[in-house]
Amino acid sequence: MDDTLLLARAQFGLNIAFHILFPSLTIALAWFLVYFRVRYERTREAAWLALYRFWVKVFALSFAMGVVSGIVMSFQFGTNWPGFMNIVGNIAGPLLAYEVLTAFFLEATFLGVMLFGMNRVPGWLHILSAVMVAAGTTISAFWILALNSWMQTPAGHTVVDGVIVAEDWWQVIFNPSFPYRFAHMMLASGLTASFVIAGLAAWRMLAAPADGSARRALGIGTVVAAVLAPLQVLVGDLHGLNTLEHQPAKIAAIEAIWRTERAVPLVLFAIPNEELRRNEFALEIPGGASLVLRHDAEAEIQGLDAFAPDHPPVAPVFFAFRVMVGIGLAMLALAWYGAWRLRRGATPPAWLLWIYSGFTFSGWIAVLAGWLVTEIGRQPWLVTGILRTSEAAGEASGAELGASLTGYILAYALMLSAYLVVLTHMARKGA
Amino acid sequence: MTLDLPLIFAALMGAAILAYVVLDGYDLGVGMLMPAASAEEQDVMVASIGPFWDANETWLVLGIGILLVAFPVAHGMVLGALYVPVTVMLIGLMLRGVAFELRVKAEGWHAELWNWLFWFGSFVASLAQGFMLGRYITGFEPGFGYVLFALAVGGSLCGGYVLLGATWLVGRTEGALQRKALGWTRWGLLWVALGVALVSVATPLASETVRERWFDFPRTAALMLLPLATAGVWLWIWREIGRLARGRAGGEWRPFAGAVAIFALAFAGLAYSLFPYVVMDRLTIWDAAAHPSALKFVAVGTAIVLPFLAGYTVFAYRVFRGKARTGLYEH
Repeated sequence: MDDTLLLARAQFGLNIAFHILFPSLTIALAWFLVYFRVRYERTREAAWLALYRFWVKVFALSFAMGVVSGIVMSFQFGTNWPGFMNIVGNIAGPLLAYEVLTAFFLEATFLGVMLFGMNRVPGWLHILSAVMVAAGTTISAFWILALNSWMQTPAGHTVVDGVIVAEDWWQVIFNPSFPYRFAHMMLASGLTASFVIAGLAAWRMLAAPADGSARRALGIGTVVAAVLAPLQVLVGDLHGLNTLEHQPAKIAAIEAIWRTERAVPLVLFAIPNEELRRNEFALEIPGGASLVLRHDAEAEIQGLDAFAPDHPPVAPVFFAFRVMVGIGLAMLALAWYGAWRLRRGATPPAWLLWIYSGFTFSGWIAVLAGWLVTEIGRQPWLVTGILRTSEAAGEASGAELGASLTGYILAYALMLSAYLVVLTHMARKGA
Repeated sequence: MTLDLPLIFAALMGAAILAYVVLDGYDLGVGMLMPAASAEEQDVMVASIGPFWDANETWLVLGIGILLVAFPVAHGMVLGALYVPVTVMLIGLMLRGVAFELRVKAEGWHAELWNWLFWFGSFVASLAQGFMLGRYITGFEPGFGYVLFALAVGGSLCGGYVLLGATWLVGRTEGALQRKALGWTRWGLLWVALGVALVSVATPLASETVRERWFDFPRTAALMLLPLATAGVWLWIWREIGRLARGRAGGEWRPFAGAVAIFALAFAGLAYSLFPYVVMDRLTIWDAAAHPSALKFVAVGTAIVLPFLAGYTVFAYRVFRGKARTGLYEH
């Protein structure tokens, strides 16, 4: 049974991990496209049209990847987690339905006009279609994060005959962690898209230094990232304080705090030992965690001992958090340094372009790491305090799960490698 | 008067699934016809469905979404029982979905591979969908005979999708490709006739519930209107194809309308066979329904959104009316 549960989780995790890559890019990229398209309408400059035409191709490909992996998700709620639907289906179902009704159709229908209709409809209608697609992706994220946040910090529900029923939909949607999570995800998408734009533009400039529209894209990506990165630091901090209030066990795992005590040190690096319930090779700042989390170096913080045995595994949450923050800070540094080097239309040196190229998909790594922190940090609960992950698994046999997992891995590996090859190739030749 | 929400949602789910089958059916059918066309014709064929396939597949998510929202217990039961074909279908749909983009953006043998995967994914997804329908009708009974039956339904559905795809191309293309599509329509019609006959004979044998419902005189006499109407539409398409093949202008969308009518009639027969079960012989729509608080919340949203949805779907089809050409794939 445990192996089957592990397979079910591995399969679902793989699908979500694959899926999240594409929305985290397209949510913000759609708004970049609106900007490019509007600038072209206003100025009629060829460079804006070139930018729009190039990035709409990237968008179409990324969106297709997101749509097809999203369809898989809608099935796997039932195939992998029937217990989830049985217990919280009255909450999860409607939120997912609203996502499909308000967002998915908006995107999918207007996408056709946006991609193929530029010469068939008037300019304003084409811009309107681009806005609809962008609004659709954002509304889509709104509903999905409402559900995800509700699973983390449930509110507005009651229990009737052993199943969860909504009492107040407003509270269900705007549950305690939703505003922070939504803002955090939107900024993450903005940063992911900025770095993809700047990174591919830099890759293009290494091949064709005189490409004016690539230089323009590099500048736009850098400026947007330089503005959003510090905002993300602020929102991330607020999100962390919100988590401390509602999911203290997750924070204890993130900071690897094993025992409840006063003046807790901030662990910069360590190897958490689950057996002995302590940290090895710890590098700490005395009183740091108390200061960051309670704004008082002497304050008491609940450790994992306060929640045992119902707390998440420490090492994956601890390390994933440090990967996320580390990459985030590197992105901030690059964006600010880049903004300074690129000021007043200066030509960037080749080594900086190489760094930008290397950072093309840095947003993806940060998003995946952050997602691991928040979802593993919720364990052993699927819905905090209501439903355990182990209670929601389905009846699919280990063999069925194993075979289908293999199939998905092969399909995803093929799709992702084709995606990356095509993208870098398109950037290299600039069309 | 109180609204019977489970019944309303069952009707909505039926409508969404029928919309999906017809809409994605024609683009899956076009995908399956790819090997019969030249490279240049293939580009026109893909261009004819390019602006629509995203939205078409969204109907599947809506159908499954309603199952999830309105009948959560059935969602787990049905998809759990269909685990393997669902996986096959999803992988097929994925490969084919990204192949739309990659077959034109990749180069060399990569492009060849995605072109092939476009066809293969369309075929596998169609076969799996029919197989799932066959398993569903018989209430997921184990046994070789039942699996064989499901495979036969899968093969028939492929025929139906080929018919939809071929008639779509008759409406959307011109010249040599349109003449080819007329020939494909004939093959599609024969395939569908064989499949429908086989499934109509086999279904009452495979399912007692279906047998009792259809062979209950005098109701049977009235029910015979469905197969008779289907045969009538079939003959009408055959005649229209002949007329168009002789070079007469006008009415190029009639074969597609006829193919849609055949699907609607088959769907009506299926709905009659199943109602009120959402899982055959085991779970009725009222047993499986979600809590009224969930149904009401979604019903409000659906009532507001559906008219807009219909509106901008019509708008998108109007923007892209007319004949498809290669250059359409401009982005």
